[in-house]
Amino acid sequence: MIDVYKIREDFPILSKKINNTDLIYLDNAATSQTPIQVIDAISDYYKNYNSNIHRGLHSLSVDATNKFEETRLKVKEHFGIAHTHEIIFTSGTTHGINIISSGLEKMISSKDELIVSEMEHHSNIVPWQMLCEKTGSKLKVIPIKDDGTLNIDEYKSLLTPNVKFVFINHVSNTLGIVNPIKEIIDLAHANKSQVLVDGAQGAAHFKINLSELDVDYYVASAHKLCGPTGVGFLYGKSDLLNSLPPYQGGGEMISNVTFNKTEYADLPHKFEAGTPNIAGVIAFGSALDYMNSIGFDNIESYEKTLLDYATESLKKITNLKIYGDIEEKISVISFNVGNHHPSDIGSILDQFGIAVRTGQHCTQPIMDRFNIPGTVRASFSFYNTKSEIDLFVDAVKKASKMLG
Amino acid sequence: MESIQQKQDQIIEEFNFFQDWSEKYQYLIDLGKTLPEFAENNKIDSNLIKGCQSKVWLNSSFNDNIIIFEADSDAIISKGIISLLVKVFSGHKPEEILEANINFIEKIGLDSHLSQTRANGLLSMVKQIKIYAIAYQAKQ
Repeated sequence: MIDVYKIREDFPILSKKINNTDLIYLDNAATSQTPIQVIDAISDYYKNYNSNIHRGLHSLSVDATNKFEETRLKVKEHFGIAHTHEIIFTSGTTHGINIISSGLEKMISSKDELIVSEMEHHSNIVPWQMLCEKTGSKLKVIPIKDDGTLNIDEYKSLLTPNVKFVFINHVSNTLGIVNPIKEIIDLAHANKSQVLVDGAQGAAHFKINLSELDVDYYVASAHKLCGPTGVGFLYGKSDLLNSLPPYQGGGEMISNVTFNKTEYADLPHKFEAGTPNIAGVIAFGSALDYMNSIGFDNIESYEKTLLDYATESLKKITNLKIYGDIEEKISVISFNVGNHHPSDIGSILDQFGIAVRTGQHCTQPIMDRFNIPGTVRASFSFYNTKSEIDLFVDAVKKASKMLG
Repeated sequence: MESIQQKQDQIIEEFNFFQDWSEKYQYLIDLGKTLPEFAENNKIDSNLIKGCQSKVWLNSSFNDNIIIFEADSDAIISKGIISLLVKVFSGHKPEEILEANINFIEKIGLDSHLSQTRANGLLSMVKQIKIYAIAYQAKQ
């Protein structure tokens, strides 16, 4: 069970006023808000043990290194990862994807094919298009059906012997649809293709075990999980990460440097050149602790209640259309009202202090698929309440009336 | 013919009557709905203003040293905002447009209601209007 009003006390920003009314934050799919425990972790680092990690022998550096590495351990446990060295800290999901796409440049040839889906975020499309341009390989696309779900039959037929990789999101950031990720991975592996899962949206809403999934690469961002921005991680199976060249050269990623030859450090340091976002990584650890203290089972069931309640209430509005209204989804609702432009609805909602996202949500192919300029996207988190949803639904009605 | 400044003052005065944001928005929505239809063949990429979340098209013509602006958008509030710009700038000489000091957007409190992204979109529109004026001035 979740005591939402008690939880809300942990989030200073939730008591903020916008346009003289209480903020109603329904843009959680873009970024989640930050509890005081995480804010304190950042502040504690700078107040008490700000120091560069790994290289220092002095006490501050040892403290900072230990705390930094503690997060790696927390990520390992939370995501069911076999070894800590398979976890690379990044600046976020996009960074993680780019480490892989740049690493694959020498390993992909013009005969190879790569698969993405029509529902990917641009950051899980563009790096692969760039890889195809550099290598001459071909990008194939799993289409989505009218209900927004992936066409798995089409996926099966796209999985030909030349397919080396499948890049797929666990959850669509625009539609909230949860993909049958285990089936997708198993089908790819049966075809000797590797799979990268974009976990940016999924990780915040339910617990997953990467070892059980047997995924080859997985990327996620801390800021969707109540952590700070500018931090994320890349998971990769050791043998795969070992076979990839480093992404950036610099300090910390080497074991021996001479002008004749430089030897790279072992995992994970090989991919962690330069001074990382130390405070951010440490605070990411606090964010995982925070969410686990609430419990992902509780989060999942409470968010489902919010989703069902909001879906039902929105559906009562005349001419309101929800995209991807299926059972298997997280607490994200993408919709339009009649022919009103999503930015018109969003602008008016903002005047009511309601934060939603409008536009294409970095998923232009989905908009093209449904032939719409964009959607209004409301995304709920475990700190949202039913009364906020009532106010939101009421504001959508008012906006629609104003727009006529 | 009123000057650009007179037109701006008129808009500022009109907005002074509104009690709250919803009246301002309702007014913009109504303005957007009454903006004359934009010819479909002018809805081309080269007329699109970059930097807006909604699509905004701006077209111009030049006759007798006067620039006529026409604009359209797929979003109604944007359309209301651009109709104000068209009202202020259309029917003026290039040099009048280039000399004009644009203050009505700030004075009617519209900028505080716009996100950075939308404010940038609005700035791009004003910039594009000025670019047209420079181009026509050079043509003379």
